[in-house]
Amino acid sequence: MEHIVFYTCATASIAAALVVVFQRRTIYSALALIVCFGAMAVLFFQLGAHFIAAIQVIVYAGAIMVLFVFVVMLIDPESEFFAVNRLTRLSLIAVPMALLLGFFLLWTARQFYEPPGEAALAVTGDVGTIARSLFREYVLPFEVTSVLILVAILGAMVLAKRAD
Amino acid sequence: MVPTTHYLILGAILFTIGSLGVIVRRNVITMFMCIELMLNAVNLTFLAFARVFDQVDGQIFVFFVMTVAAAEAAVGLALIVSLSRKTHSVDIDQADTLKW
Amino acid sequence: MLEYFSILLLFPLAGAAICGILGPRLSARSVSWLACGSVFLSFAVAAVAFYELLQLDPAARIARNTLFTWIESGSFTSRASFLLDPLSGVMILIVTGVGFLIHVYSVEYMRGESGFYRYFAYLNLFIFMMSVLVLADNYLLMFVGWEGVGLCSFLLIGYYFATRTAGDAAKKAFIVNRIGDFGFLLAVFLIFQTFGSIDYLEVFAATADRFPVPVEGFGVLGAITLLIFVGAAGKSAQIPLYVWLPDAMAGPTPVSALIHAATMVTAGVYIIARSAALYSRSPETLAIVAGVGILTALLAALIALGQRDIKKVLAYSTVSQLGYMFVGVGVGAWAAGIFHLYTHAFFKALLFLGSGSVILAMHHEQDMFKMGGLKRHLPITWATMGIATLAIAGIPPFSGFFSKDEILWKSLSSDHGSIFFYAVGVTVAGLTAFYMARLMYLTFYGPARFSESGAGAGHSEHGGGHGKPHEPSRLVTIPLLILAVFSFAAGLIGLPPWLGNNSFEQFLQPAFYHAYVGDDHGAHNYALEIALVALVVLLSAFAIWLAHRFYVRFPDTPNRIAERHPLAYALIENKFFVDEIYDTLIVRPIERVSRGFLWKGIDVGVIDALVNGTASSFRNWSHRVKKMQGGFTRAYAAWILLGAILIFIYYFLTV
Repeated sequence: MEHIVFYTCATASIAAALVVVFQRRTIYSALALIVCFGAMAVLFFQLGAHFIAAIQVIVYAGAIMVLFVFVVMLIDPESEFFAVNRLTRLSLIAVPMALLLGFFLLWTARQFYEPPGEAALAVTGDVGTIARSLFREYVLPFEVTSVLILVAILGAMVLAKRAD
Repeated sequence: MVPTTHYLILGAILFTIGSLGVIVRRNVITMFMCIELMLNAVNLTFLAFARVFDQVDGQIFVFFVMTVAAAEAAVGLALIVSLSRKTHSVDIDQADTLKW
Repeated sequence: MLEYFSILLLFPLAGAAICGILGPRLSARSVSWLACGSVFLSFAVAAVAFYELLQLDPAARIARNTLFTWIESGSFTSRASFLLDPLSGVMILIVTGVGFLIHVYSVEYMRGESGFYRYFAYLNLFIFMMSVLVLADNYLLMFVGWEGVGLCSFLLIGYYFATRTAGDAAKKAFIVNRIGDFGFLLAVFLIFQTFGSIDYLEVFAATADRFPVPVEGFGVLGAITLLIFVGAAGKSAQIPLYVWLPDAMAGPTPVSALIHAATMVTAGVYIIARSAALYSRSPETLAIVAGVGILTALLAALIALGQRDIKKVLAYSTVSQLGYMFVGVGVGAWAAGIFHLYTHAFFKALLFLGSGSVILAMHHEQDMFKMGGLKRHLPITWATMGIATLAIAGIPPFSGFFSKDEILWKSLSSDHGSIFFYAVGVTVAGLTAFYMARLMYLTFYGPARFSESGAGAGHSEHGGGHGKPHEPSRLVTIPLLILAVFSFAAGLIGLPPWLGNNSFEQFLQPAFYHAYVGDDHGAHNYALEIALVALVVLLSAFAIWLAHRFYVRFPDTPNRIAERHPLAYALIENKFFVDEIYDTLIVRPIERVSRGFLWKGIDVGVIDALVNGTASSFRNWSHRVKKMQGGFTRAYAAWILLGAILIFIYYFLTV
């Protein structure tokens, strides 16, 4: 059962990713990305990270992607495929390089030795566990992150202001 | 149980696609989306390892990654908006004055 | 005073410093008093110290003043230490005494010149350097003085530095001197290597120990003595390094008198006499010294015959007389050489100063053929110069007679002498008498070949034609008179054996204590000596009479001779083309090499290229490298990706 879920979501996410990369219209890329995030959320759930899965949907797909869509609406970009591509050579090199990277990553993944033991679908990432860890060992990064968010807010406000 | 390796391979594939997109696409927003894709692949890897070693630290890390990604998305998009107002396009190749 | 005699060095040094630094703000009177006063003080100290030296027992007439240790490095020590013995005593008296007279003379001669203070600063500095030279007790300190006088000579010859001739002459003097200095320095190195010290007394004692008898062949002693002679030839204007002296006449006349007649040029003779211990044991070098000396004497005398400029005649005369001095020391007659140095200082300085008086009176006209009949206008100058001419011609009882006779006799009778030296020496004596008489007749006798009313004769800078030539002030005439007295009487302390006692030689004897003395050859043949002396005197008198005929009675004679022997005349008149030969063979090739190879090839091509090349290669590389940052963000992303791949490759290969 798990395998079916896994393979379905895996395929969905890969397909969506390909759409993101190769789609002409920006808005369609954004929507495909949302689909991808959804599939990823299921996978996160399957890995026992319930909290993270929820956060993925709420924050990533729900907030960040909405922001992306807003910006796409705001800017209304025309397709860049109509403009002259100045670095065709780069595109030529990039594909092999990326594939090479992919090869290395896969090879590294193959190196992984799975420790034996049939673990059940353990829920290791429920809210309580995460909260305990977050507010005990990782309270400092937590606080710092809040400052970071503050900075980001201010930055975004300043940057996006109209220059008048 | 799905073997961990599968998750890792999936993460690798997604990462590769994302990196390809970053270099190939010229639309700034699309590039950014590919970056988010890469980040997600990494999150997936972290969670896979968190599960297999039975530690919650991996998930905490993912938590922070997401937070930072959010912040980064906000600022980045603000930059994009400001940039596109200036150059009247979202082609990243048009923004090439920061050079010798 | 003997414990402090070295204080005499302080006065001219201080004088030079004050005149040089504060000079522009001082009046001419102050400068004159300061400069003359400092030299007078030096002379006074020298005189008192000399007197005290005389009171000592003859064998113990040495006083040493050590001021401080200058260099101490391993086994090499050089001290700022000064030696007063008979030889240096005589020299220092000459330097400061004649120097003082010339300072006084210069006050009048240089009146009105801009840079008055500069002149006296340099002149004082010269006295200081020359004093260091003669008083030093080791070769290195002496060399300091040696170089110092060369420097002052350069500065003073080039006093009128704005003119091309003066600048060129100064450079020529310095460069030619330098060639000699190179030899001298090698000699000092060899001395240290051979004897382990450069202190005079230590070296001489070591020489006496190491070489009890003169060496056969040419060993290290021969090398040392020859190299010292190279230096002496440069400084004392012998062949082949004499060419700077005639050109040096471009400087003010008192400078010529002091430096190029009385003192600096005698430094070469002095150092050879001082190193008698070394030379007396090296017969080959002595032969070279005497040979070069006599040839120089001959060559210079021949050239002097044809010169028109009064100062040039005197310059070549100096070269010739220096040749005599070298013959003296070259046959081992150390005292005779120094004796001639001493008498020559007086009459040559007198001749130069007198010519300066003439030049002043003639508004800086120096061509003798434009003078004439000045006897009635410049009586004192005429009389004093006449005395000096008689002295240089070797007419008794003037001083030059005694010193020249001594050298001639010794050149024949000494172990190192030969009849060749004597014969040429006699010839030169005749020539000397002739050209000096010529100078006197052309300048003072005969009809005036210039406008006697004084309507702008010659090149005048002090307002043309301000009256007839007249005797200059007492500041000029008094030194002339004093020098005339010495030119007359100075020889009387060095009487030859058939006339009396040679006190001079006896006095100097202890200074040559370490010199090797061969066996005494028994009694002199007085009759022969007297006969030869009479011969020479008659020859000189004849020469003077002949000059009278040529230049006063029948003034056309020189032209007729010139027509009949055009080649000889051309050679003499053009100084045997020596300068031209040097220019073609040496100066131009060096210039070419310097310009083409050393300048363009090495300096520009290698050194500049190295520096500039480094800079431009940096620029080129950075030009290439900076193109990496093209502003294309996607390229940056690609580079990052590449970096990640490289890390993976490394990981891939090492696992």
